[in-house]
Amino acid sequence: MIHAHDSVIVRTTSRLLIPLIQLFALYVLCFGQYGPGGGFVGGVMLGASLILGVLVFGPEAPPCLLAKKLIHGDGIGLMIFVGVGGLCLIGGGEFLNYSNLEIPWVDTDARRHHLGILLTQVGVAADIAVTAISIVFSLSLIDNGEETHV
Amino acid sequence: MTLAFEILLLILLITTAAGAILVKDLISSVLILGFYSFLLALVWAWLGAVDVAFVEAVVGAGLATVFFLLTLFGTAPKDTRIRRPAPPLIALLGLPLLGLLLLYAAEDFPKFGDPESPASAHVSPEYLKNSLKETDTPNVVTAVLMDYRAFDTLIETAVIFTAGIACALVLRRNKE
Repeated sequence: MIHAHDSVIVRTTSRLLIPLIQLFALYVLCFGQYGPGGGFVGGVMLGASLILGVLVFGPEAPPCLLAKKLIHGDGIGLMIFVGVGGLCLIGGGEFLNYSNLEIPWVDTDARRHHLGILLTQVGVAADIAVTAISIVFSLSLIDNGEETHV
Repeated sequence: MTLAFEILLLILLITTAAGAILVKDLISSVLILGFYSFLLALVWAWLGAVDVAFVEAVVGAGLATVFFLLTLFGTAPKDTRIRRPAPPLIALLGLPLLGLLLLYAAEDFPKFGDPESPASAHVSPEYLKNSLKETDTPNVVTAVLMDYRAFDTLIETAVIFTAGIACALVLRRNKE
């Protein structure tokens, strides 16, 4: 099992760092169309901030409980991605051809592509963040009664 | 100046790569691998591939290190020292030959940044010319990944999802 870290320095630093990492992850995710980054990196950073919370504050603290809840959303990111493709199908075009995204207030073709890219990036980020947490739980929470030191 | 920086990077890369293999303690090896990934990210940024550098820094130096460490703590918490037999003679002779062969083949590569090279002559100009007009996305890499090559990214995401599911199926125990 994971134990809470008992060093005050580590706990305080993590408490300061986790919101900053999450903020930067959201920035990278939302501005992936204007600068380096995008869904993949944003998702990994979101996942990493949650992993930091799990590793530092231990299995009974709020970050880990939140992460445990988030694990149930495994696959939602992939569903968002496929769902955008499905919306394009419903709009009357090819799968993942964003020109056919039928959103009422988006009128130009380029804006539709822009929105499609943003939505699929959110999907990728959600998928990767949840998968990262899920793998960490798989690797660390070995529930066979033995205590492994993490 | 730039040549000095490149040579320094190359030396550090080779040193860390060799160190990760040669060092006896596996935890040190993992940390050296993280540093290696960070240096590799510097190389990508140096070559102008900022997106790749970002991914390398975040995944290689961050996430993979955490996964490796968790695996180490979960599998061999007490004894992480390993014994390696000496490499066979054919490897000692064959690998330098292979390296020479690769160096010989590298002579035929197009020059770095050559506009006539196949990689930058086929579809890249189309992307560079049209992506801003067609997708309203200034970052061409994102436009290519998420729009022109959306299928690839979709399958990639599915692969990562499958990796998470496979890890859970193999490693998680039931709570009895």
